[in-house]
Amino acid sequence: MEVTTKSMPYDAWKDNEYIEKLVKELQDNGTNVIVGSLDKLINWGRSNSLWPLTFATSCCGIEFVSLGAARFDMARFGWEVARSSPRQADFMMVAGTIVNRMVPVFRRLYDQLAEPKYVIACGSCAISGGPFLKSYHVAKGIADIVPVDVYLPGCPPRPEAMIYAIMQLSRKIKVERFFGGVNRQEKQQEFLREHPVAGVND
Amino acid sequence: MATIQDKIAALCPEAQFEQADVLQVTVPEAKWHDLAVALRHDADLAFDYLITIVGMDWQESMGCIYYMMSTSRGNETLAVKVIAAGTRKSPYLPSVFDVWAVATLYEREVYDFFGIIFVNNPDMRRLFLSIDWVGYPLRKDYDTDPKLNPISTESERQSDFTDTWTLEKGKLVKNEVRVFQPEDFVVNIGPQHPSTHGVLRFRTCIDGETIKKIDVYMGYIHRGIEKLMEGLTYPQCLPFLDRMDYFSAQNYHSGMCRLVERAAGIKISRRAEVIRVMMDELSRIASHCLFMGTFCMDLGATSMLFYTLRVREQILDIMEKTCGARMTFNYPCIGGVMQDLHPDFQKDVKALLEIIPANIKEYQKLFTGNVIAKERMVGVGLLSKEDAISYGVTGPSGRASGWSCDLRKIRPYSIYPELDFEEVLATEGDSMARFNVRLHEIEQSAKILEQLVDNIPEGEYCVKVPKVIKLPAGHWFEMTEGCRGVLGIYLESDGGTTPYRVKLAPPCLPLAGVVDHITEGMKIADLITIGGSLDYIIPDMDR
Repeated sequence: MEVTTKSMPYDAWKDNEYIEKLVKELQDNGTNVIVGSLDKLINWGRSNSLWPLTFATSCCGIEFVSLGAARFDMARFGWEVARSSPRQADFMMVAGTIVNRMVPVFRRLYDQLAEPKYVIACGSCAISGGPFLKSYHVAKGIADIVPVDVYLPGCPPRPEAMIYAIMQLSRKIKVERFFGGVNRQEKQQEFLREHPVAGVND
Repeated sequence: MATIQDKIAALCPEAQFEQADVLQVTVPEAKWHDLAVALRHDADLAFDYLITIVGMDWQESMGCIYYMMSTSRGNETLAVKVIAAGTRKSPYLPSVFDVWAVATLYEREVYDFFGIIFVNNPDMRRLFLSIDWVGYPLRKDYDTDPKLNPISTESERQSDFTDTWTLEKGKLVKNEVRVFQPEDFVVNIGPQHPSTHGVLRFRTCIDGETIKKIDVYMGYIHRGIEKLMEGLTYPQCLPFLDRMDYFSAQNYHSGMCRLVERAAGIKISRRAEVIRVMMDELSRIASHCLFMGTFCMDLGATSMLFYTLRVREQILDIMEKTCGARMTFNYPCIGGVMQDLHPDFQKDVKALLEIIPANIKEYQKLFTGNVIAKERMVGVGLLSKEDAISYGVTGPSGRASGWSCDLRKIRPYSIYPELDFEEVLATEGDSMARFNVRLHEIEQSAKILEQLVDNIPEGEYCVKVPKVIKLPAGHWFEMTEGCRGVLGIYLESDGGTTPYRVKLAPPCLPLAGVVDHITEGMKIADLITIGGSLDYIIPDMDR
């Protein structure tokens, strides 16, 4: 099964290996025809109307603004409905550095996103701390704080790269199993178990 | 200069003078407050603008260097060095919050980084770091062990109290004061809010719809750039300048380069100077375009963003061809610029200059003349000239209050003295004036570009500089006109390849500091207009 989008041929994607692994997992597990079709329908809907959360801490956020404007026009893909409230958004583009003081706020925003929710680590700061790696007040990547779906390198990444990253995310959603399979909620529970927080009962 | 020196010597006989790039006076801590009052109010001195307070840790002692400027007397600058009294555990200095309004904020910053207590400052809290932070990061003996200050997803401890310190019989006494009264109704705006332009937080005390007081809470993007720079060589320091105010990336970057070049005695070619100035002005247009877009979006006119970003994208294309990046260009370097101009540069700039007048007309038609826009902006957020100076509000926001603070005019650097352009000034001091000043600055920047585009001299774009740049021991201070105001850079070298101390005094910190003052008594909806019109960039103020 080739997972792709209408606008891009399968071979044009740079990293199909990961998606193929997901597809294989999906096929190996096997599913009932009706449930499988329902999954497809749900995934079709979800992957084509991803709503981002308006969230930016620094430079990458400005490229996200450019992405929303006429030239790069993310409305072509159905992502233009940037929500200011996390409760209405589907995914969060972590655009910028996350510093110590921001971590609790950021985590709360993630927790407030409605399921199913996704995270794109946008730019080197969000991936690893980037140029501020050695700073006393910067989180070394957001992967320790929330589960990340797509890593998008760049300082800051170009809007085209952002389009690619969100398209990757939508491909990932296309091979998700909503019924029976590994659900996002379970994935989050797993993540919370692996990252215990003192004093908080997950 | 002699008269100032005599005058200060008469006021404070113990003062020692040192002529660096700025006249520096060293005064004892006990005399500092009285001297500050005299410096501010004496008609022959009248140093009314406090540029920055540089906290210093010289290891054997700690202290501050106050950089100030006299706006009424030809924009003369003066530096005052004061060594803190007390032990290293609790050093203290008298506060000058009653002399310059912006000092309240600057002193909090110094306290946060160095632990120097300012006696009598009404608000002696940490500014960027949490209340439970262990240590003072910019001290030389700061323990960087992450275990001391772990990253936690637990909400930060908050306090409704602030500290003030008084000196009683030579002993420091700490008093707790409430930030808000128990009966106050406080609404939290930010840090995740689309209209705060990033992650800034306002604790807003309101009475009905009227704002009584705002406590600006920053540090949500404090990345510790100043400390990072202390461990890096001079060329390695430069990329951080791009990531502060990412709209003024070119301006900040060339400012820092100019400082290092001056300190190292490097003379750059005229071609490099012209390229830098052209890039600065292109940045200014792009920055003001984005300001208009986001500001109008805050007010509800989303379509304006698409109009202004059109011009911005065109400028980014020009820059991308030459610099290879759309943002964070890292283009100027010590000795000139990184690479030569792209062959299309002149053609592209001319194409840009052609469309700008028509675009400005369009913005005027779409927005400035709009009755709703007028209702929301005229008379909202008044800032008088005196307050602008006292609060250190520079850049277009300061000029909208009638303060002639454009460094390109008042303390010209690079090739600006040869250029024909006007400083845009307004007298109203409201949000509309701040908007208009920026709109007209686009015209002036275009005028500068017009003069230069056909006159880019031939020559090398980067002179030969030593591979390892070492600066002699000493200290330098440089000011640059960014897109949002004056960036002051203080650099101290101990003779090595890395700076001993770099202090970046960003224009956006005072811009955030003045919010409380100008929103008082306004409606809460006006907070968005005022914040938008001041146009602060959060990573710039937090660094």
